Amino acid sequence: MLHIVACIKQVPDTKIIKMNPKTNTMDRASAPAILNPYDAHAVEEAVRIKNRYGGTVSVLTMGPPPAVKAIKKCIEIGADEGYMISDRKFAGADTLATSYALTKAIDKIAKIQPVDLIICGKMTIDGDTGQVGPGIARRLDIPPLTSVKKVEEVNKDQGYVVVHRKIEDGHEVIQSSLPCLMSVEKEINEVPYSSFPNMLNAARYQPVIWSVDDLEDIDIKQLGLKGSPTIVAKVWAPPKPEGGTMFEGNPKEQVEQLLSVVLEKKELFHTKGGSE
Amino acid sequence: MNFEEYSGVWVFIEENEGNIAQVSLELLGAGRRLADKRGVDLCGVIIGNGVTLLSETVFEYGADVVYVYDQEIFTHYRTESFMKALLHCSEKYKPEIILYGATSTGKDLASAVATDLPTGLTADTTELDVEEDTGLLLASRPAFGGNIMATILCKKYRPQMATVRPKVMKALSPEPGRTGKLVEETIDVKEEDIRTKVLEIVKSTTKKVRIDEADIVVAGGKGLGNADGFQLIHQLAQALGGAVGASRDVVEAGWVEHPHQVGQTGVTVTPKIYFAIGISGAIQHLVGMKNSGLIIAINKDPDAAIFEASHYGIVGDAFEIVPLLIQEFSKAFAEEEVDHVREV
Repeated sequence: MLHIVACIKQVPDTKIIKMNPKTNTMDRASAPAILNPYDAHAVEEAVRIKNRYGGTVSVLTMGPPPAVKAIKKCIEIGADEGYMISDRKFAGADTLATSYALTKAIDKIAKIQPVDLIICGKMTIDGDTGQVGPGIARRLDIPPLTSVKKVEEVNKDQGYVVVHRKIEDGHEVIQSSLPCLMSVEKEINEVPYSSFPNMLNAARYQPVIWSVDDLEDIDIKQLGLKGSPTIVAKVWAPPKPEGGTMFEGNPKEQVEQLLSVVLEKKELFHTKGGSE
Repeated sequence: MNFEEYSGVWVFIEENEGNIAQVSLELLGAGRRLADKRGVDLCGVIIGNGVTLLSETVFEYGADVVYVYDQEIFTHYRTESFMKALLHCSEKYKPEIILYGATSTGKDLASAVATDLPTGLTADTTELDVEEDTGLLLASRPAFGGNIMATILCKKYRPQMATVRPKVMKALSPEPGRTGKLVEETIDVKEEDIRTKVLEIVKSTTKKVRIDEADIVVAGGKGLGNADGFQLIHQLAQALGGAVGASRDVVEAGWVEHPHQVGQTGVTVTPKIYFAIGISGAIQHLVGMKNSGLIIAINKDPDAAIFEASHYGIVGDAFEIVPLLIQEFSKAFAEEEVDHVREV
């Protein structure tokens, strides 16, 4: 039976987050915590693969205790099991330290049931890097498949997958051995509304929660802030660009002024009768 | 880690069907500036099959040294094979900085290399600088959905790595005949060591939306109200012969497809004229269009951030202003010596 692990994250909804204009810091309380939208597609794809070939979908997250809510959301989508690693020692992790911690948790999950496929969202909307997925793949020494927009085939018996990977001007069809890790694009599927039975399941569901001490062979120095090579040295509001000229008058007058400015840029336009 | 062993600014040169990706040339321009500030070599790394000749172009765009891995196994980009070559090169020659284009290939490769080295990697950088004395790379990027900018450092590891968005940096003008030191390398990788195969490469057959190549971009935001309102953008773009752009929330609302999205998670554009209509102007959006030649904003809210990033602004209702614009431009095209905007 296929065992798919989807890695997910609870994130502040960056569309709603507000800035404190005095301190230039984020008011995190202003933003609701949500399941990272790209990860919802990862979980949905895992569930679709399970429905096609049979198997189990586990979700894994690292986060503070309230992140249980994001796991419950995944159970609503159709995941079977949820695992969370939660410990202050994980705090402040960059992508390298995050992929290390998640890999250690995957090792432990694999002891419960061997893992065939790991699926991540393309990136998180708070970090925007897309580096954790490939990082996990490298640490587990399995092939990373990024920018996946379609899963064509999963063949556990013969140990391979075929996927479509998005590239700049099209896509490539890639065959990879199993186990492997894929990070998926948003266009890979549509996440439907949760079904009522799944919502009931989710409401009752309690994920397995591990602290650092529950993970084996772990090197504390590679966790959290200490294990993170990158540091955020400065956070700043971008310099306000010089505001330009505002046109005045009624709409018609404003449009006329704008037109005279734009039409001065004659080099943009064909000259009548001229050729390309 | 002995930092003194590490020297030089490297650019991973991305190649596709015998052509160097534009972003790699842009990074050579940015890399040149960093290398000069540090007084070190600028180096390009080319990995592929039949790619050695491309080194000439890399020299012309500013590199002092080019490392080439020209082997059949590199015919197609694959994470595992390319990563092995780059790790080999990096371990042998020890660069202090490696830059990659933030493309599907560059991001994929950089993430894998960073994990194996291991070192820090800053994604989607939009500003780069280096401390002259310490060699510390200052990589800045929008963070938290573009609400703020963050400068990211990697103090304790070398090389320092960053991916950089296409079109954010400027390529130098090529200097014909400029040359440098070519270093040809090979690695022993067998096909059976690589666990992925490229079965097929499918070029997009649908008419491409290349807003990054358009001379005029007409972009709309949530201020247009709904998908029907967004049609105004299409109409003005058509009247001007420009391309349609959009803010992230418009794409997320499904009014227009993702290839039209301008900004940090979309496309960076540098048209000659950029219209921002009903767009409030989050940094995320601004980093994607701020290098446009002439920026014109139309918005109901006089306090919208977009006005501060624009050369000209009109405070008003798009549904009133845009139809007037279409009408006036059409009239101008009919009467003036200008005919129509260049086809893109």
